[in-house]
Amino acid sequence: MNTTVANTGTEGKTWGGGNRPMGASYGKLMMWFFIVSDALTFSGFLAAYGFSRFKFIEEWPIADEVFTHVPFFHGNYPMIYVAFMTFILIMSSVTMVLAVDAGHHMNKAKVTLYMFLTIIGGAIFVGSQAWEWATFIQGDYGAVQTKGGNILQFGEYVSVDGEEKFKRISIDDFAITEASARTEHERKNGLWFVEEAPLPDYTVGEIYNGLAANPNILVRNQIINEEGEKTVLSREESLRQIKENGKLVVKGANLVVNEYGTSLFADFFFFITGFHGFHVFSGVVINIIIFFNVILGTYERRGSYEMVEKVGLYWHFVDLVWVFVFTFFYLV
Amino acid sequence: MAHAHKLEIFRGLWKFKSNTQKIWGVLAFLTFVTAIEVVLGIYKPEALMHTWLTPFEGGFFATLGNIILSPFIYMKPLNLIFILLTIVKAYYITWDFMHMRDEKSSLRRAVVWTAVFLICYLIFILLQEGGYVYDVYNTDNALIKRDF
Repeated sequence: MNTTVANTGTEGKTWGGGNRPMGASYGKLMMWFFIVSDALTFSGFLAAYGFSRFKFIEEWPIADEVFTHVPFFHGNYPMIYVAFMTFILIMSSVTMVLAVDAGHHMNKAKVTLYMFLTIIGGAIFVGSQAWEWATFIQGDYGAVQTKGGNILQFGEYVSVDGEEKFKRISIDDFAITEASARTEHERKNGLWFVEEAPLPDYTVGEIYNGLAANPNILVRNQIINEEGEKTVLSREESLRQIKENGKLVVKGANLVVNEYGTSLFADFFFFITGFHGFHVFSGVVINIIIFFNVILGTYERRGSYEMVEKVGLYWHFVDLVWVFVFTFFYLV
Repeated sequence: MAHAHKLEIFRGLWKFKSNTQKIWGVLAFLTFVTAIEVVLGIYKPEALMHTWLTPFEGGFFATLGNIILSPFIYMKPLNLIFILLTIVKAYYITWDFMHMRDEKSSLRRAVVWTAVFLICYLIFILLQEGGYVYDVYNTDNALIKRDF
């Protein structure tokens, strides 16, 4: 009994759906339909990112200063880890296309091996993205948010190889803590129907005292100057800004505030990489299903490995989207 | 199986003996492009950080020139290079990994032209509006104040 997916009993009937003007099977064509619509969804997100970035063109965070971490290594390595993630995804795309190729030769053992490697690559990528998120949420140096919603960061000038460079300083290193009367509101000792988020580690007053006590520390605002760097304020202006405008101490990032700059930056980061990560995750799940079908010999009996080709299309599309996310989030 | 693969890339400059070899060749090329992007992204050569042209001043033809040459007038050369390299990568992923090269031209055009046209339109609309909102925020007599 021949149960190839493509057979619908209409072969040869021109008006019954029996011919293939585009030379592709129904399933492949539908996958292309989906890919085009999904590509439009992603470009909608990226174009919206572009909109917000153009709106705040002079104060958008510089990606090189935000994504600087590599697991198990201390120090400042911008781009390295995302480049690694990109390479992993391209590599898993390659094993996928090798699986498709082995499928064309009806080589079950090779399809199994390459599908397995693809799944591993996808899992490494999703894990890396989870780590990237965790690092982003946890934060780096901390900052103070002003009444107007702008972010003020801290640092000092140090000379590296005879060149004056602005080096960021963590708020943990200079804030002078003091006993505070304000405690976190909890349901059990206050209004039972009101909740409060955990209080920030420091108050703006504690940051100000620390800043006043360390004459080397300066404040830097969001505005990008002629050299393409954030503007560093003078000592008097630094103190004045924190005293008059400081409102909230921010560490890390969430959907409301982030220490890196414009809060929209974090929103788009979570939304776009999250949506892409969800695609990778579902791709891994689909790949696992197909992997087991391959092992069980489903496609061997069917006489065609076209199913591998179809998930392959989806998997390459996920890689394709990442190429663009990589460019617009990390490079440009 | 009747799966004929076209086994050459770069318009025939680089030919392969088998489909598997072509896949590895494309991987090498994509890795090379990504490496260039990362190196440029880390070192940011000074020559590429400032636009090469300044906007033309004057009447209709100056405006027309600004529109036609806008990638060179309003965009840093570095970013332009990044975007071009990204499109190059996207081309080889679609053409060789997704086998677009082996599909009929009708399928190829149905997918690529539709997406490219709609995406260009979307980008134009949203970036134009983003620039306008920037102007609204930053004119001398802007009604909205954010620098506090």
